Amino acid sequence: MSVWRLVLREMKHRKANFVLSLLSVTVAIGCLVGAQTLLRSDEIQTETILSDKQAEIETAITEREAAVTEAGKALEDSVRKDMLKLGFNVLIVPENQDLSELHLNGTLTETMPESYVDKLASSNIVTINHLLPSVTKRVNWSEKEIDVIVHGTRGEVPIKHRVGKKALLEAVPPGTMVVGYQVHSKLGLKVDDKVTLLGREFTVSTLHSERGSTDDVTIWIDLAEAQHLLEMDNVINAILALECGCTGDRISQIREEIAGILPGTNVIEKHSQALTRAESRAKAKVMAEDALAAEQQAGQEALTRETNSRAEIQNRRAGLVGILVPLVLIGCALWIGFLAFGNVRQRNSEIGILRAIGLSSNQVLAIFLIKAGLIGLIGGVVGTAAGVLIGIQFGGLAPSEETWQRIFETGAVLTTVVLAPLLAPAFSAIASWLPALMAARRDPALVLQAE
Amino acid sequence: MLVEIQDVRKTYKGGGGQVLAVDGLSLSLEAGDFVAVQGPSGCGKSTLLLLAGGLLAPQSGSVQIAGENPYVLSADARSKFRAENIGFVFQQFHLVPYLSVLDNVLAPSIATGATGSEQRARELIDQFGLSHRLEHTPGELSSGERQRTALARALLNQPKVLLADEPTGNLDEENATEVLKHLREFASSGGAVLLVTHDAQAAAAADRVIHLRDGKLDTAVGT
Repeated sequence: MSVWRLVLREMKHRKANFVLSLLSVTVAIGCLVGAQTLLRSDEIQTETILSDKQAEIETAITEREAAVTEAGKALEDSVRKDMLKLGFNVLIVPENQDLSELHLNGTLTETMPESYVDKLASSNIVTINHLLPSVTKRVNWSEKEIDVIVHGTRGEVPIKHRVGKKALLEAVPPGTMVVGYQVHSKLGLKVDDKVTLLGREFTVSTLHSERGSTDDVTIWIDLAEAQHLLEMDNVINAILALECGCTGDRISQIREEIAGILPGTNVIEKHSQALTRAESRAKAKVMAEDALAAEQQAGQEALTRETNSRAEIQNRRAGLVGILVPLVLIGCALWIGFLAFGNVRQRNSEIGILRAIGLSSNQVLAIFLIKAGLIGLIGGVVGTAAGVLIGIQFGGLAPSEETWQRIFETGAVLTTVVLAPLLAPAFSAIASWLPALMAARRDPALVLQAE
Repeated sequence: MLVEIQDVRKTYKGGGGQVLAVDGLSLSLEAGDFVAVQGPSGCGKSTLLLLAGGLLAPQSGSVQIAGENPYVLSADARSKFRAENIGFVFQQFHLVPYLSVLDNVLAPSIATGATGSEQRARELIDQFGLSHRLEHTPGELSSGERQRTALARALLNQPKVLLADEPTGNLDEENATEVLKHLREFASSGGAVLLVTHDAQAAAAADRVIHLRDGKLDTAVGT
């Protein structure tokens, strides 16, 4: 006969006490382990959500990058094609013309014979499509007391060997005037208004909208009329060549060809539509990059918001667990102590006779503590298993090999799961300590006398 | 001398102050003695049994059991002393309700840790006619069987002194006779029996009867 046998028989005999005590330990340990597992499950959920969110954002950014790249390529291709189709514009001026005058004032001083344009039109030139001879001079419009640039043009001079080439620009008919924005807005001019310029009458045929260049202070009239008004008969300041089509180093090719036909001239490239397209392209690229950066920033901000939100939820849960778990542990400990106290009272006579027949107080103490330890051990194992399962269930995870690996990959849950079944007997024994001590110290004489 | 009680005095705290349970009582039991103690309720019979059993220390006087004063020993040593030298039998049997007859009889071996106890227990169970009840719990036994189980338990560690408090109080005549027979046999085998009883028939089985009144020997009643 041993204390162990006695303990096991008693546990079997008083099943209700055993089951209730076991339940208390199971609840206490289950709560402890369950809380840890739940928090870990929550962490895993957070990691998964954030990881998915990150992937979603990265996918969106990658898609946006691909779209930007695609759009860039398409634009580049489109521009390239447009440039091939469009060609570009050049201005043919006398060789001794100071170009800074053109850039600063939009006017030209030096002249060349008007016959140059006919000479060019009659040549076999291939790099130029359209020719516009012109005179340009800054004058004081004395009738209106305003400075303007008078631009005389005779419209396009067809290149003779190119039959049927449609003119790009129309000529200004004699007696009419095309007026730039600043001029007509200052003077309050309207179409069909009659105006006098340097003593000659003109009808306003067209009003230009604002262009943001010297065009806004320019008026266009017929070339011959302009030459007469400006006393520049038979001379011109420049020939504008449009849609110059060639490949490679275009300006060099054009210069070379024109130099052979019109010696003593200079060829400069005019600001072209192709250049505008290229600028648009660069601008579009910058905008796309800005949009991409905004997308990345928005994604990062969304991720940060989600991380903060999850962290806040986790902190709240951890705080709740930090309060709830100790309360449950204390409650269960009190309940176990209460059950042990009831058990001691119930076994009063038994304790008395065991002490009378020779069992020491330590042996009586051992009877109660071994029982508590066994209950703690069983309750610890059951509670740990239940806690892990409940924690996973409430944590929204499905039991799988991956779930187990992730649950136990951090030390906290693993440590709790390993230590809980080992500490549960101590927890149960401590909770039963006082009643067990009361039993051990019970005076057998008093018990037997009372019986 | 197996039991030598000299001028012991024991008082309890009562509602109205100190209650004198045993007052200057002296008693000796030698090996082979079977002594019955009688007296009215509250005369100190049970207190005398507890004093003799090493369970209740007297305020004064001395108690020697098997030549040793148990009250000078530590609590644990006194427990072991009781286990080795004294057997108890009570009117209420005081069997452990969830243990079988065999385990109840073996219970004192927890205290001594003696080997071979089970063999001795089976012999006693057989001797007391309980072999067919070996695995039965006290709830499944008759009163006589319970008291015989308690008697077997008291004798497991081969004590020198057997203290019996109204052992026949809950038994019919046949079972009472059976129990008294076993007490007689224990005394005859060299032990000492101190029997507290109200039952005149039980007292008659003893070699000597002493009467107590107000915690003292009542010399007016002959033995």
